[in-house]
Amino acid sequence: MLEAAEIECERGGRKLFGPLSLHLAGGELVRIAGPNGSGKTSLLRILCGLLEPTAGTVRWRGERISQLREEYSRHLVYLGHAAAVKDELTPAENLGIACRLAGLAPDAHAVASALEAFAVPDMPVRKLSQGQRRRAALARLSLSQSAPLWLLDEPFAALDAGSAAHTEELVRRQLAAGGAVLYTTHQPSSLDSAARLVELAG
Amino acid sequence: MLAIARTLIGRDLLLALRRKSDVATALLFFVIVASLFPLGIGAEPNQLRAVAPGVIWVAALLSSMLSLARLFAGDHADGTLEQMLLGAAPLGVVVAAKAAAHWMVSGLPLVLIAPLIALQYDVAAPLYGVLALSLLLGTPILSIIGAIGAALTLGLRGGGVLLSLLVLPLYVPVLIMGAGAVEMAGAGLAADGQLLLLGAFLVVAAAFAPWATAAALRISME
Repeated sequence: MLEAAEIECERGGRKLFGPLSLHLAGGELVRIAGPNGSGKTSLLRILCGLLEPTAGTVRWRGERISQLREEYSRHLVYLGHAAAVKDELTPAENLGIACRLAGLAPDAHAVASALEAFAVPDMPVRKLSQGQRRRAALARLSLSQSAPLWLLDEPFAALDAGSAAHTEELVRRQLAAGGAVLYTTHQPSSLDSAARLVELAG
Repeated sequence: MLAIARTLIGRDLLLALRRKSDVATALLFFVIVASLFPLGIGAEPNQLRAVAPGVIWVAALLSSMLSLARLFAGDHADGTLEQMLLGAAPLGVVVAAKAAAHWMVSGLPLVLIAPLIALQYDVAAPLYGVLALSLLLGTPILSIIGAIGAALTLGLRGGGVLLSLLVLPLYVPVLIMGAGAVEMAGAGLAADGQLLLLGAFLVVAAAFAPWATAAALRISME
């Protein structure tokens, strides 16, 4: 499905990684590993099209993602470092808006149960802790089973054991349904044994 | 696609509703600046009537620019802008929706309150309509064009100053036409020409500026 050929990344005049080739098929799980500053986040941003690689191409089902743009991005879910939730809105409002922007149309009931599964309290995000914000962002995964590609940047950061287990469960379900998942993490998780490892040198 | 634009406009209006101080700042700025002029110039009615269109338009322009820096900055800081770039709608549509919401929050209130401000300048009552109409056509252009500057200066230190330098020259034609329309009407001539030109500016800006803003956003987000 996703194919990165000989991509290189340079940030601020310093070469981060590359050339790197990566192939991701349906049902495959890939873990990106490497020390801080080795370019894991940059790699993910290149793969979702937010960042142009210095060299090389990324293709989705044979076509370059820089040409597909939203035709590509509607097939993917990218959860970055920032939780991407607005302080002034409630988690349910945030989740509903995020899904509609991605072209989904979840009903209020589905949104509520997705948040419930992550035990996110129903109050403005401003009052939530870091981990609770993270959970509010991850709840989007429950509603995004139809997106075949998930790119998760440090999904387990600041999560408690229960939420981490639920996230792993969602990833497994996605893999079983034929989706591809690519993630970075510093925390060991039960997914690691099933994942193909891509090591970025520092 | 339209559903996504509606969602975005609704979202930004809801955010503005929950954060009323931002809306109030732009509106209060407009009211205060426009009210200070009569005090500074003195209460000579002919003089006030002569400067009214220009002063009200300049105040509207500055007030619209005041809130421009926040157009994308908040969404950039909390990561929601990234998600908009990865949304299912073309980025141009997203940007147009954000500019529309910006106008509803910072431009539309000015249109509604402008006749009240004009009262302080002893502007003749028939001109209220022309003034409001010129602002109604002109302020959306300010939001749409301003979005280009906001996208280009996103994440820059001292972006506010740079933003004004970038955007103000582009505002000049709008200012000339907007204030000109009211002056024409004040002189007893037809203001149709200026208003039609403003309308044309608006159509052209709405058609092309969002794509320029989208390109600028992609560069700023790298």
